[in-house]
Amino acid sequence: MATPIKVPTMAEFMAQGKSPEVLFWVGCAGSFDDRAKKITKACAKLLNQAEVEFAVLGTEESCTGDPAKRAGNEFLFQMQAMMNIQVLDGYEIKKIVTTCPHCFNTIKNEYPGLGGNYEVMHHTQFLKSLLKEGRLKVEGGKFKGKRITFHDPCYLGRANNEYEAPRELLQKLEVELIEMKRCKTRGLCCGAGGAQMFKEPEKGDKDINVERTEEALETKPEIIAAGCPFCNTMMTDGVKSKEKEDSIAVMDVAEMIANAQDL
Amino acid sequence: MQYIPNILFLVALVLGIGYFTRNIRKVIRNIKLGQEVDSSDNKGQRWNNVFRIALGQSKMVVRPIAGILHIVVYLGFIIINIEVLEIIVDGLFGTHRAFSSLGSFYGFLIASFEILAVLVFVSVILFWIRRNIQRLKRFLSPEMKGWPKNDGNIILYFEMVLMTLFLIMNATDVPFQQMNSGNIVSKYIAGWFANTPEATLHIIERVAWWLHILGILIFLNYLYFSKHLHIILAFPNVYHGKLTPKGEFKNLESVTNEVKLMMDPNADPFAAPAEGAEAPAKFGASDVMDLSRIQLLNAYTCTECGRCTSECPANQTGKKLSPRKIMMDTRDRLQEVGDNIDKNGSFQPDGKQLLDDYITREELWACTTCNACVQACPVSIDPLSIIMDMRQYLVMEQSAAPSELNVTMTNIENNAAPWPFNQMDRANWINED
Repeated sequence: MATPIKVPTMAEFMAQGKSPEVLFWVGCAGSFDDRAKKITKACAKLLNQAEVEFAVLGTEESCTGDPAKRAGNEFLFQMQAMMNIQVLDGYEIKKIVTTCPHCFNTIKNEYPGLGGNYEVMHHTQFLKSLLKEGRLKVEGGKFKGKRITFHDPCYLGRANNEYEAPRELLQKLEVELIEMKRCKTRGLCCGAGGAQMFKEPEKGDKDINVERTEEALETKPEIIAAGCPFCNTMMTDGVKSKEKEDSIAVMDVAEMIANAQDL
Repeated sequence: MQYIPNILFLVALVLGIGYFTRNIRKVIRNIKLGQEVDSSDNKGQRWNNVFRIALGQSKMVVRPIAGILHIVVYLGFIIINIEVLEIIVDGLFGTHRAFSSLGSFYGFLIASFEILAVLVFVSVILFWIRRNIQRLKRFLSPEMKGWPKNDGNIILYFEMVLMTLFLIMNATDVPFQQMNSGNIVSKYIAGWFANTPEATLHIIERVAWWLHILGILIFLNYLYFSKHLHIILAFPNVYHGKLTPKGEFKNLESVTNEVKLMMDPNADPFAAPAEGAEAPAKFGASDVMDLSRIQLLNAYTCTECGRCTSECPANQTGKKLSPRKIMMDTRDRLQEVGDNIDKNGSFQPDGKQLLDDYITREELWACTTCNACVQACPVSIDPLSIIMDMRQYLVMEQSAAPSELNVTMTNIENNAAPWPFNQMDRANWINED
């Protein structure tokens, strides 16, 4: 961990009378969950490296309302949404990047109906565009030739039809990408969506994350790549339940890119 | 006396089509019990979907074996029905093979019907084997016990019998065999009847002809009682299917108004609703009348193929949730409400509803909202939207969320995150190691 990361807040930008190129929406998991914070940092490092002028809302950020909406509490969702829209519009935000597919989906698809219109990108999409513009360097490094399988987050894949951005980045890392049997449009959920992350599962014969991890393990991966902090938790737990945590890592695509360059 | 067959035919036709029309009107009336919803947008894309997904069967072939067999049966259904036109003309006017004057083109048509009839017969046998011998998992779910299983088989038997009758009718039609044009399959069957006297052949031909058309009319009327209604409703259902990204769940307008009022600093907190103002809408759905017309159309369209259920992560890990059951329950309850209206003139409360009496809370809370079921449906049915509407009812009308979710929601409300962390600590990660 060489250089300290530079993460200005919107308030600081505003104080200087400037506006950033993009707002980095960190999300609740990215702010508070110890594992997800590493993804947030990796993403911030990549943005620093690509010299993207970005800012975070910091303490002014608030839950998008996704878990509330999907739990059926439309009231709470809309309260959260409207408060967030007031903050975002107050700062005249135009473009948002986020490492969480749930935040991505909610702000992109459900905020416009409540008056919040922004260009919203998942971090894999944004990193891909930085790569195309030649601003970001993605090279294999320690991941070159490694067997890696990618778990599609439902809210990036099926929900928003983005299957290629994370895969293109992985290909740039020169990994050996092995697809699971159920991938892309038919990818199996990790079990966290629809507010399941915050409750015990209903009675059944298996946990969904274990089912998905078993499928991932069939590809004999060295790393299970993910693009969502919640999938990351679920797959990490799954790998632990199979006692494979010493040999198989679960990593976000952004972490892998940052790691490859020892950022 | 010579007109008796024509009159009998006309009576059968009128009864068959009349009873079917009456039942289809019931379907339309029942669908209209749902909430009105506007799907008049994006006509181009909607028609495109009808051509691609419904006519073009694009989502069927995701599973190649079932998909290709289905396309054969579907093509057979559409093309062989041209023959029904001729049967109707013959039946009404007492002609015999009225279209045979088309000459070699007629031969070509009949030949293609005969080939399709054989292909359909074979496909239907394979479907039957998949359901009854191979016993594919998705046909064995608990919701498929009893009538749904029989329904699936009855449809297959109908098709086997109809195709057989069509070929026998051609094979025993002496003038048609003498024409020797288009009898590409039936000429071999005709060989089996080589020693049968012509008079007997004529009787067999007539019997097969009558059973064939009566069978078609009975099958038409069977649709209303069966999952097979999809052969008609798949088309409007795909037209009205969701066009927005699958992850976009609709925002409840009735809630928006309330929230706006709450957030408006100038709103009068003591304001009473205006005189004669409508009562606030019920939040979410506990019965079929609370669902949208499109969701009810979805329920009638479902043909219980179970692709949704076999892709559902909750179902695959042994939970009670089955998206197919959500659709079947919705249709069963809607049918019950419809019968209630038929009996009483208007709906009389029967002490039942879709929630609990059909769909349990355990099923609703097992959903991960992953959209696998929506993606899997070959005819654009959206079981997830019904689950979401019912969750809304549970949470906003009944405050009946699982207790862990109540904690989550309280956290979001009080400290802006689903976990009990302080909002002021949100940026701490920046300076942590």
